[in-house]
Amino acid sequence: MIALRGIYVIWLRELIRFVREPARIVGMVAQPLLYLILVGNGLAHGFQFRGAGSVNYLAFMFPGIVAMSVLFTSVFSAMSIVWDREFGFLKEVLVSPVPRAAIAIGKALGGTTVAVAQGAVILILSPLVGIALEPGRYLAMLGVLALLALALNGLGILVASRMESMQGFQVVMNFLVMPLFFLSGALYPLRGMPGWLAALMQIDPVTYGVDALRHLVYFRSALLATITQFSLAEDLAVTLGTAALLLVVSTVAFNRTRSA
Amino acid sequence: MGDRIVVEQLTKRFGEIEAVRGVSFTVGAREVFGFLGPNGAGKTTTIKMLATLLEPTSGRLQIEGLDVVRQRQEVRRIIGLVFQDPTLDDRLTAWENLLFHGMLYGLSQAEIRRRAEPLLEMVGLAERQNSLVRTFSGGMKRRLELVRGLIHTPKVLFLDEPTVGLDPQTRSQLWQHIRELSRHHDTTVFVTTHYMDEAEHCDRTAIMDHGQIVALDTPEHLKQVIGSEEIRLTVRASALSERSRWEAELGQSFSGAGTELLFKTRNAGADVARIVQAVGPAIERIEIKRPTLEDVFLHLTGREIREETVSARDAWREFGRRRMGR
Ligand SMILES: Nc1ncnc2c1ncn2[C@@H]1O[C@H](COP(=O)(O)OP(=O)(O)OP(=O)(O)O)[C@@H](O)[C@H]1O
Ligand SMILES: [Mg+2]
Repeated sequence: MIALRGIYVIWLRELIRFVREPARIVGMVAQPLLYLILVGNGLAHGFQFRGAGSVNYLAFMFPGIVAMSVLFTSVFSAMSIVWDREFGFLKEVLVSPVPRAAIAIGKALGGTTVAVAQGAVILILSPLVGIALEPGRYLAMLGVLALLALALNGLGILVASRMESMQGFQVVMNFLVMPLFFLSGALYPLRGMPGWLAALMQIDPVTYGVDALRHLVYFRSALLATITQFSLAEDLAVTLGTAALLLVVSTVAFNRTRSA
Repeated sequence: MGDRIVVEQLTKRFGEIEAVRGVSFTVGAREVFGFLGPNGAGKTTTIKMLATLLEPTSGRLQIEGLDVVRQRQEVRRIIGLVFQDPTLDDRLTAWENLLFHGMLYGLSQAEIRRRAEPLLEMVGLAERQNSLVRTFSGGMKRRLELVRGLIHTPKVLFLDEPTVGLDPQTRSQLWQHIRELSRHHDTTVFVTTHYMDEAEHCDRTAIMDHGQIVALDTPEHLKQVIGSEEIRLTVRASALSERSRWEAELGQSFSGAGTELLFKTRNAGADVARIVQAVGPAIERIEIKRPTLEDVFLHLTGREIREETVSARDAWREFGRRRMGR
């Protein structure tokens, strides 16, 4: 009972803070758009897509950019744990009777909600890159984003519970976030990559989230087979499995965390 | 029986550093118990162990008969803690901070509202309860934290340096609130400070230094450790030759040199009259100096309450405080 209350309070606080910071929302939505406009257009005009002549690169990149937004938001959210544990609200929660596990879960759910809300805003812009999503696919994509966000929040919390300082967290996260993004197939397809790179891309759990999103974007399209790498079932299974695993591990790690 | 907190042979070691070295004491129900000591004495470390946030290296800790290490969850329900560094969420309103806190202790919104009203009234924040905490002054934040610590009516409220950074007026107000708590609620208050004068507000005070308790008593008794009060007088230089005659008349010699004379006594009030009689018009100035806890600390440890060099950790904490605008 007290655990559920705890999860709810942590989640609610995350949401209230998010809604009260319009600058952060604007930034979090503007950043992926900037990537799309600057990087996307540059690559689209500079290079030719291998294997498929007529692929609209911006549309190809779009799911990757949405995934990137989820990735950054999730990490940002987990980062606040380090800060809050030392200086803020979380210290307070740690002396309360709420179990540690509930704190980690509430945090993961809060971060996920925020990430999905941002993803929802970005997805509305999909017609700009020539993607037309009907409500069914739109919601399905939000579902995939939620799974991906859960996994990444789990990862963030896992790192945060091992870190004592913001600097440490940032260093570790930079070493994780950038490779996770670049290896996810967000910018280029896995197919046709040299063996070592393809292997790394297959280890990156974000790859499967991006691939699942592309399944939905290219649903019933002739390009589907060219653009996606795995079956949708495989994508979902891997993403779900990663999310479950990371949530459990991060909850356990948070349980052991130095408490104050 | 009546003891709400029992601490026996408590120690805490951080690698090489022995922050708390074999501390024992008990605190009764409804007592305001002070923990006085300089920076790095081990006050916060002791509080954290009592509040289940740190595991003791050794020793026994009990609150209301519960073992603090083995029955953490139960202990957490009956304690409140106001940290040395503020832990309010300053992007939330005062009311939201209280609401979330109460919810963490399983209280209903209506119940939280009912308890918060009089407390907010008491600390003069009722009108500001819907303002964002970031718009509060340091003193307001501190008072709000005090209220928050009380929402779940803890049996023991730990206050870690609650008055640091507050102006004297706000400090004394806060102490009034603290006193009221122990009087009107069934709450034991365990408060740390390094302000000597604040220890005087406590029923009993433990003086801590280098991880050990060097004295524990009521402020009155602590001051008696010094044994005596002091009468200080300044006399006319031309009359100094009569010093030995005065001393003969008083049956006790002065200490001090030149025109500044000191007279130790257990009964300053009566002795002032005798000195005035003996020394007479040669007195330029006379004052009674009662021992402060400052003197007690000096007497017990041979040192003034000192400022320690800041560790990297403290520096980071300070940086955090500033960054949060506190
Ligand atoms: N987590 C920690 N790791 C290592 N050493 C620590 C840790 N926490 C405290 N110490 C050390 O333990 C000693 C006691 O610290 P503590 O914070 O209990 O002092 P304090 O009496 O609260 O001082 P202050 O008045 O500055 O708050 C100090 O030497 C401090 O450096
Ligand atoms: Mg301290």
